[in-house]
Amino acid sequence: MKNRIQNAFDNKKAFIAFLSAGDPDLSSTENFILEMEKAGADLIEIGIPFSDPIADGKVIQEANIRALNGGVTVDKIFNMVQNLRTKTQIPLVFLTYLNPVFHYGYEKFFNMCKKSGIDGVIIPDMPFEEQNEIKEYSEKTGVKIIHFIAPTSGGRIEKIAQDAKGFIYVVSSMGVTGVRSKVTTDLPSIINEIKKVTNTPCAVGFGINTPEQVREIEKTADGVIVGSAIVKIIEEYGKDAAPHLAEYVKLMKGN
Amino acid sequence: MNKTKKGRYGIFGGQYIPETLMNEVNKLEMAYEKYRNDPKFTAELDFLLKNYAGRPSLLYFAKNMTENLGGARIYLKREDLNHTGSHKINNVLGQALLAKYMGKTRIIAETGAGQHGVATATAAALLGLECEIFMGKEDTIRQALNVYRMELLGAKVHAVTTGTMTLKDAVNEAMREWTKSVDDTLYVLGSVMGPHPFPMIVRDFQSIISKEAREQILSREGKLPKAVMACVGGGSNAMGTFYNFINDKDVELIGVEAAGRGLNTELHAASIAKGKLGVFHGMKSYFCQDECGQIAPVYSISAGLDYPGIGPEHAYLYDTKRAQYVSVTDDEAVDAFEYLSRIEGIIPAIESAHAVAHARKIAKNYSKNDSIIICLSGRGDKDVAAIARYRGKDLSE
Repeated sequence: MKNRIQNAFDNKKAFIAFLSAGDPDLSSTENFILEMEKAGADLIEIGIPFSDPIADGKVIQEANIRALNGGVTVDKIFNMVQNLRTKTQIPLVFLTYLNPVFHYGYEKFFNMCKKSGIDGVIIPDMPFEEQNEIKEYSEKTGVKIIHFIAPTSGGRIEKIAQDAKGFIYVVSSMGVTGVRSKVTTDLPSIINEIKKVTNTPCAVGFGINTPEQVREIEKTADGVIVGSAIVKIIEEYGKDAAPHLAEYVKLMKGN
Repeated sequence: MNKTKKGRYGIFGGQYIPETLMNEVNKLEMAYEKYRNDPKFTAELDFLLKNYAGRPSLLYFAKNMTENLGGARIYLKREDLNHTGSHKINNVLGQALLAKYMGKTRIIAETGAGQHGVATATAAALLGLECEIFMGKEDTIRQALNVYRMELLGAKVHAVTTGTMTLKDAVNEAMREWTKSVDDTLYVLGSVMGPHPFPMIVRDFQSIISKEAREQILSREGKLPKAVMACVGGGSNAMGTFYNFINDKDVELIGVEAAGRGLNTELHAASIAKGKLGVFHGMKSYFCQDECGQIAPVYSISAGLDYPGIGPEHAYLYDTKRAQYVSVTDDEAVDAFEYLSRIEGIIPAIESAHAVAHARKIAKNYSKNDSIIICLSGRGDKDVAAIARYRGKDLSE
């Protein structure tokens, strides 16, 4: 199976939506993903909940806790993905922390990613220097490790970008995930620096929640990642969030 | 000397942190390597340790306890007599001074019992740095006096309401805050944990405990002790107590974990006895966690030991069998708290009382010609109200 991530960026700016698997339950998660795809989402980041997500803000931590309290496990999430793959070919990546993957077993985890149809993994507490933990399994299975580049990555951009696969997760601003009214970093210069080294697409995340921000970022980046704003809609409407999510994705896509 | 590669202790340690922090921890490591050998820096730190913290701390021969237990000659390394009442000041003065030399204007820290928070707020007041402390809401209630103490010293205290509202959540919030503010802020980590270089820096600053203790015991006894012991949460006082004895192969190194209500319950904080290998808070080490790798809520009567992990160098000392790790329950620790108060007139921190409790169990196994050293990491004033409650007395302060 060809890796699907590139499809999200072919001839368009990618809209990447994050949600926490199992919030409020896994069948809702599956439904939300399909609805967001219909509304125009190009790639979905599925969060595997972790008790202590240190790179995330309060909104996503609370979604993780709701999901964990509902009894979600990595195996149940793989089941959901397998089920989802009978209905859609949208690119899917996991976002999680290293410990749940470590416990599941790196090899088994990547084999299951491949088998169920996951195209990449994003692990915020595994920086470039620690990638050897899982690199061989990623290479064996073709499930890509998505690298981060942050406003504080000066001097590191070249080595990270050279190794990048799938897409690069460009962190918009300092701090953790969460809705912000303003993104203050000089994104164009970071993205320019990346583009000198690689053709791998750059998607910008952290703090993005308005169509105006999306238009501005899309001037230089290849896509945007929206997480907390989506999770907040799910927090508010629970199982009934699907139409609200669709409406929000359309608004953000500018459709 | 335990390093197999940069920032590793065997398989343990590493730098499992967000990309946003990577340059900053590298800068911290470079600054530390530069200033640790800088005569001006070391002279200033030595001056503060002697003239402000009150070092060297006493190595006190506990005559009554020795006679009562009828075995080894028992010495207490009196870190409780340091300024601010615990060993935490050793590390904090070092790191706060480092922050200043690095041009930072603000320091932040997590705290469990409040000892590290108080020490950090103290150093910030002394050195003219802004200071914010993150403390689990549960702990702000258990240790209300220390919250006010930090505020008196000019620090802002944030009560952390996420997760289990204890020490691990305070670390989460301090790390999150640091990712927002690396430009002007140093995270003064309180234990031998977190991403490299913190376990190394904290261990080095705390190793003054064993540097002094080794000289003191040799001059008093003319020979090395049979064992040194200390309580272990993240493990900073234990690492400081062990460090200069690691090469003395005949000296037993004993870390005492918190067994809370018992290892057969879920209410404990014993990362070595009950934890499993994992990756969390920037390091690979042993953590209390469930079968899915979710970090477990832990429990101890002692807020300072109420942490689900242990520093990577301890994990390495355990794996290589250089150190042994045992555990002590709340009941045993409270008994030891009262025991030391009555027999020696020294009220220990409830954390340190865990080490005292273990010494009570094993002192008689040693000859009367041998000695053991217990690190008395802190004083117990902060715990008096909680111990009274444990004994069914409600004190109004």
